[in-house]
Amino acid sequence: MTVVSVLVFAMLGGGVLLALLRLGLGPSLLDRVVATDALLVIISAGLAVYAALTRNPTVVPVLVVVSLLGFVGSVSVARYIGGMLSDTADDDRRADPVPEVRP
Amino acid sequence: MNGVHSVADVIAMACLLLGALLCLTAGLGLLRFPDVLSRMHAGTKPQAVGVLLIMVGSALRLAGSSVVWMLLLVAVFQLITAPVSAHMIGRIAYRRRHVRRDRMLVDELGSGAGRPGGPQGDEPADGDARRGR
Amino acid sequence: MTAPDVALRRLRDQLPLLGALVLVWNLLWGTWSWANLLSGIAVALAVTWLLPLPPVTGGAGFHPAAVFRYLVRFVTDLATSSAEVAWSALRPRGLAAGAIISVPLRTDSDLLLTMITESLCLVPGSIVIDLDREARTIALHLLSVHDLAAVEAQRAEVLATEERVVRAFGSAADIAALDRNPT
Repeated sequence: MTVVSVLVFAMLGGGVLLALLRLGLGPSLLDRVVATDALLVIISAGLAVYAALTRNPTVVPVLVVVSLLGFVGSVSVARYIGGMLSDTADDDRRADPVPEVRP
Repeated sequence: MNGVHSVADVIAMACLLLGALLCLTAGLGLLRFPDVLSRMHAGTKPQAVGVLLIMVGSALRLAGSSVVWMLLLVAVFQLITAPVSAHMIGRIAYRRRHVRRDRMLVDELGSGAGRPGGPQGDEPADGDARRGR
Repeated sequence: MTAPDVALRRLRDQLPLLGALVLVWNLLWGTWSWANLLSGIAVALAVTWLLPLPPVTGGAGFHPAAVFRYLVRFVTDLATSSAEVAWSALRPRGLAAGAIISVPLRTDSDLLLTMITESLCLVPGSIVIDLDREARTIALHLLSVHDLAAVEAQRAEVLATEERVVRAFGSAADIAALDRNPT
């Protein structure tokens, strides 16, 4: 029992550490987005492991929130970077605020 | 109370261990793979299956409580959302040329169908930075 | 066509979405009761009214035997693909070269294309990076290929996945389109 919990948490901690390294090293913004996504998923996995090992279901709603937050976060950052693209600006130009009335 | 008592507990422990191992390899792939698109493979497949296994293991351990369905819901969400975010990030990575062309065996999309060459936006693409362009 | 007629048709198009939302609401509560069902229906109606989505039309078939075959294949693909990626992350040699290929598909239905791309992301070796809806062409990134034969094998695998999805969930017209252009 103790052996299992030490092993599982060590592996998850190793995964978190490697994702954090990529988060710090990552040469581009997209590398960091991928690393953040993986980080949040591993954190939610860690919460699930905690709930399973202690048979304590209190943290499970937090788990749902964290896993959905990871998805929404990476998709919105991806859309934001996509908005910075100059050659797909057809629908972005429309979104640009154009000052129409000048005082 | 917290010990291992039954066959279900043993299966749950095996699921948790395997899932944690897959999460570790996902982190390892994230660090070792050479460009964004390959790293996304690591962040999508082992990650999704690892979380699926961990959720199944937790559901076995917490059987009988009302949160079991919530855990399975998280697993299904993970399976549905991982391809979506991978697809969005991959499309932008390709269009912004975060692709190392020296590592490509085949590239049937060409160099982005007549778009002006060179990196766009605020930062250099990985491959270009490494070749010192 | 009168106004209530249109509203009724919209409601019918949204019905699968409403059902899914009610199911998710009940699963979140974890227990089944009439109160959960009624509040779930209220929440689902509010969500679809406040945040309307375009209706999903076409491609609504269900063939039990083919669905079963698709699910079995999906689960084995999921297991082998994650083992493969995990192994290529662990082994000292690292990755072979990657590749980007574009594959023309034969399906013309939003729902089926979504399911095909979702399954392609989780089968061995590929991630969908672009989808041209008009030309029905998808672009995939392959993680690790050694030679051109491996690329061709992946291309055949993509078409086989498309065929499995369409035979499981496609309407009669979709399956007929598949039969007109065999691989």
